[in-house]
Amino acid sequence: MSANVVIVGGGHAGGQAVASLRQGGFDGDITLVTAEQSLPYQRPPLSKAYLAGELPRERLLMRPSAFYEGAGVDVRLGIEVTGLDAGRRSLTLSDGGQLTYDHMILATGGRPRPLPCPGADHPAVHYLRTIADVDAMRPRFVPGACIVIVGAGYIGLEVAAVAIKHGLRPVVLEMAPMVLARVASPEVAGFFENVHRGAGVDLRTGVAASAIEDRDGKAVVVSTAGDRIEADLVVAGVGLLPNVELAQAAGIDCDNGIVVDAFCRASASGVYAVGDCSNHPSRLYGRRLRLESVHNALEQAKTAAADICGKPLAYDQVPWFWSDQYELKLQTAGLSQGYDQVVIRGNMAMRSFAAFYLKDGRLLAVDAVNRPAEFTLAKRWIWDRKAPSPQQLGDDSIEAKALAV
Amino acid sequence: MTKITFIEFNGTERSVDAENGQSLMRSAVDNLVPGIDGDCGGACACATCHCYIEGPLAGKLPEIGEAERSMLEMVEGVTAASRLACQITVSGDLEGLVVRTPQSQH
Ligand SMILES: Cc1cc2nc3c(=O)[nH]c(=O)nc-3n(C[C@H](O)[C@H](O)[C@H](O)COP(=O)(O)OP(=O)(O)OC[C@H]3O[C@@H](n4cnc5c(N)ncnc54)[C@H](O)[C@@H]3O)c2cc1C
Ligand code: FES
Repeated sequence: MSANVVIVGGGHAGGQAVASLRQGGFDGDITLVTAEQSLPYQRPPLSKAYLAGELPRERLLMRPSAFYEGAGVDVRLGIEVTGLDAGRRSLTLSDGGQLTYDHMILATGGRPRPLPCPGADHPAVHYLRTIADVDAMRPRFVPGACIVIVGAGYIGLEVAAVAIKHGLRPVVLEMAPMVLARVASPEVAGFFENVHRGAGVDLRTGVAASAIEDRDGKAVVVSTAGDRIEADLVVAGVGLLPNVELAQAAGIDCDNGIVVDAFCRASASGVYAVGDCSNHPSRLYGRRLRLESVHNALEQAKTAAADICGKPLAYDQVPWFWSDQYELKLQTAGLSQGYDQVVIRGNMAMRSFAAFYLKDGRLLAVDAVNRPAEFTLAKRWIWDRKAPSPQQLGDDSIEAKALAV
Repeated sequence: MTKITFIEFNGTERSVDAENGQSLMRSAVDNLVPGIDGDCGGACACATCHCYIEGPLAGKLPEIGEAERSMLEMVEGVTAASRLACQITVSGDLEGLVVRTPQSQH
């Protein structure tokens, strides 16, 4: 009998694992157990085209249902894995079922961090992670409504942009002194602040929500600045908690995610962890990382599948991410943490520029706004650990093409 | 449905019946065509749907937009025939289209 694989979680990573296992020649049984009611789908449009109502739900699916039938996958929708015995290699399911595995891929992703203030359970308070989340907030996401967005990360800012387009009145509260504080430089953050304010967003930095109160069914957001903002809808985007509890309870090493090696193997034999829930060693940055991006989810799924198929190839990638706000396409590659120099190429006022982050002259990361060529080049430079000089990077009169090293 | 043939860099051919109105990238992904990944889901952000389209039908494709053009500019292996499959909508006009996929996406 050939080995079987159980995949826990059907997001980007779980869905990709199915495809990569079959593409890699795995011919044993595959079971995909996922708590959501949907086949694996794209999350990025949830805060973009799907929220805007421009994309029907069917178009969110990563692959049509015929694909899973063709691949002979036993898909269990709406079922949670509630228990794991890593010694016996067995799983307990929320419907009372049991499964055993030879290989298991944990692709459990994460859940929104709850808003840490009193009153956060008010019915007007919503989070944005799943199709169901968007559908639940939609009745309140209507023209004229006042929406308070707590947290100015990518998701919060994308929601603000869609809200403006839809005729809502968005107020954004960000605890940090600037938007995108965890990821961007003050220069780039300042750019996005100007764009959002210019578009009509009431953006308040250095301000958190200290309580949510109720006034006749509406939420009143009390800010740390002392303001009280009446809101039809509150959307909290204050980070993600990786879903590690299942692994943790089974004694699998976890430390800001499920700890894996370069082949996405967790500390228990036969167990892999991929995507938002996993914490992997990065050769490029010389430290452990837990990333929340589509690219990471897809590539780690491919890595685990390759290992199961007996063709191990270490996960070694330049992280990248994109974000769409208004007519701006932000593409970021690499990780800027620890940079000591920022070089801006292009023109922020023209909304077309790239910010390069360097440390001791080494290129760490790029934030490219409407500059795909620079993004593509920089991704390669970061990988090669070889980049043009800061002077050349900053000289927009040299064509991007000519910068190739 | 429109018949489209994908040819991998190693010459392997695969014909699919693509649904009209969908993107060429979706048709490839839905039919498990190797070499078209579509990581960003068609947001014109990843170029993992890069492909080559030549021949008389190439003239019937939708024009290259600004986002697609600049995304393709520095992609590995770019040629005059390069397109991003996510930016092409399948229609009856494209019956018999031949799409080559680059080696770098395998
Ligand atoms: C609104 C939004 C916008 C985003 N925009 C972008 C973007 O523009 N670009 C980008 O690169 N990334 C973006 N991301 C991030 C990206 O979507 C995630 O990094 C990616 O989806 C992670 O995939 P995953 O498979 O690891 O986890 P998830 O997609 O979270 O999937 C995990 C699945 O596992 C299920 N599950 C969890 N525990 C169990 C269990 N015990 N039993 C059964 N099932 C379980 C969950 O219900 C879920 O369906 C965005 C995310 C969100 C929410
Ligand atoms: S799918 Fe990403 S650019 Fe086409």
